[in-house]
Amino acid sequence: MNAEFDRLDRAWYIDRIAKGLIFLCGISAIIFILSIFVFIFAQAFGFITEDLDVGEFLTDPTWRPTSESNPVYGTLALIAGTASVTGLAMLISVPISLGAAIYISEFATGRTKEVLKVVIEMLAAIPSVVWGFIGLTIMNPLIIQIFDVPMGLNVLNAGIILGLMAAPIMTTIAEDALKAVPDSYREAAEAMGATRWQIIRRVVLPSARNGLTAAVLLGVGRGFGETMAVLMASGHSVNLPTSPFDSVRALTATIAAELGETAHGSPHFGALFTIGVMLLLITFAINLTADLIIRGGWKQRGHN
Amino acid sequence: MVALPANKLEIRGLDVSYGQKRVLRDVDLDVPANQIFGIIGPANSGKTSFLRALNRMDEMTSGMQVSGQVLLDGADVRSWRNVYALRARIGVVFPLPVGLPMTIRQNVTFAPRMRGQKNKARLDELVERCLRRAALWEEVKDRLDSLGSMLSGGQQQRLTIARALSQEPDILLLDEFSIAVDPVTTMRIEDVLKELKQEMTIVLVTNLVQQARRLADRTAFFLNGECVEVGKTESLFHGDHRDPRTVDYVEGRFG
Repeated sequence: MNAEFDRLDRAWYIDRIAKGLIFLCGISAIIFILSIFVFIFAQAFGFITEDLDVGEFLTDPTWRPTSESNPVYGTLALIAGTASVTGLAMLISVPISLGAAIYISEFATGRTKEVLKVVIEMLAAIPSVVWGFIGLTIMNPLIIQIFDVPMGLNVLNAGIILGLMAAPIMTTIAEDALKAVPDSYREAAEAMGATRWQIIRRVVLPSARNGLTAAVLLGVGRGFGETMAVLMASGHSVNLPTSPFDSVRALTATIAAELGETAHGSPHFGALFTIGVMLLLITFAINLTADLIIRGGWKQRGHN
Repeated sequence: MVALPANKLEIRGLDVSYGQKRVLRDVDLDVPANQIFGIIGPANSGKTSFLRALNRMDEMTSGMQVSGQVLLDGADVRSWRNVYALRARIGVVFPLPVGLPMTIRQNVTFAPRMRGQKNKARLDELVERCLRRAALWEEVKDRLDSLGSMLSGGQQQRLTIARALSQEPDILLLDEFSIAVDPVTTMRIEDVLKELKQEMTIVLVTNLVQQARRLADRTAFFLNGECVEVGKTESLFHGDHRDPRTVDYVEGRFG
């Protein structure tokens, strides 16, 4: 009798192995993100400890890494490029995506709603190089024609393209947030004689505030990280922009364009990785904030 | 002064259906002013659909179709172009208390603020008056600015009554208000309703036969979408010419 209870059979071993494999898959995301952090920091480490002048790096608008006699690693213009493009993109995409999310969640019904949701998800799946292509071939001549400027690859172009790119994901998340508002709230307000708009403005939007903020933040994160479309549509010239018609260069685009042509281990190489570290920290902070806000929202809802 | 008809509400040939499914057919009844009108009946008998038709809540419920007439002070509610003004005259209390996600004070002042009332003194006065009438003031007067959702179920239900009173409605509709409320609070709310009927007309849908008996001046019995019987409450419980289905229901043989 005892022997039979002690014997470990096939099913027992398979269970153990499956458990182990599933555990590995489960924590792989953590392993990956830690490895990425370590790898990028390691590449940037030499530059940060030897060549980096933090003041120059953050406040000098001159990015001249290839100069033999006097290389300058100032990223202010690149930061301004990324910030201006992202800022304009948010100005465009926040109203559009909030409007779209409100329409889908509060007004659209049946087929319209389903079709819209599918189309928006398809929009989110368009590769960024295609958006960049649209910026180059459609927006560029359009901007030249409409605004009578010599060049159409600029903050305006990249901002519009990036805004359109960020809108679908923001719409989807914002719509989730609105959908999470219980229908009983809408009904109670409706029974008191609230109009559709009053219900949305005074009940639905305030209740979904956390989720909506998170949606916007994730859109901002998307803007900071986007590379290819911005590279193609922004004009890619180092510039402190003073108008939407100035060409700029983004942090991400700088890495993408230059990394292939630098000597491994050179200060230029290290400087690009230091930009990478900076980007990583910014997007990490944005996403973390968004995540904390969403969780905070759940906690609040728990009281009801 | 124009004499108002004695009947606050007159329902004529009311039909309600959801798509192909008819949930209420050919209901005719009168609700006299300043009385409590009870509606009893088992689940799925059309009681809630009846309430929703009264203040045109059907227009926001997808698939709900209403035909027939609902006359409020003699005029069909469907002839009101401003449905929002109509709803402001008809307060509603739902089965489960719906505290809007805001403070107690904001819950009560929601509708007046929505209509543009900004005067703080008047809003404060309104909060006290409505909460007193809903028998909740003494329990919450020191924490008006805490979240409504922190109250107990019974308190929340009284909060929704206070909120419904904030627009000085002519009619108060209550849909099985006591489902999530303890017996003691139920009795307190019943006392509130007896007071309120001096100022307004109350339509009380209830699944508790005895509650209708305690409160209602007149009562209707709904069954499977049909208004089987309507009359003075006492005659529904003791009359000689009652429908056998009514007798079975009020005596607890089904439902």
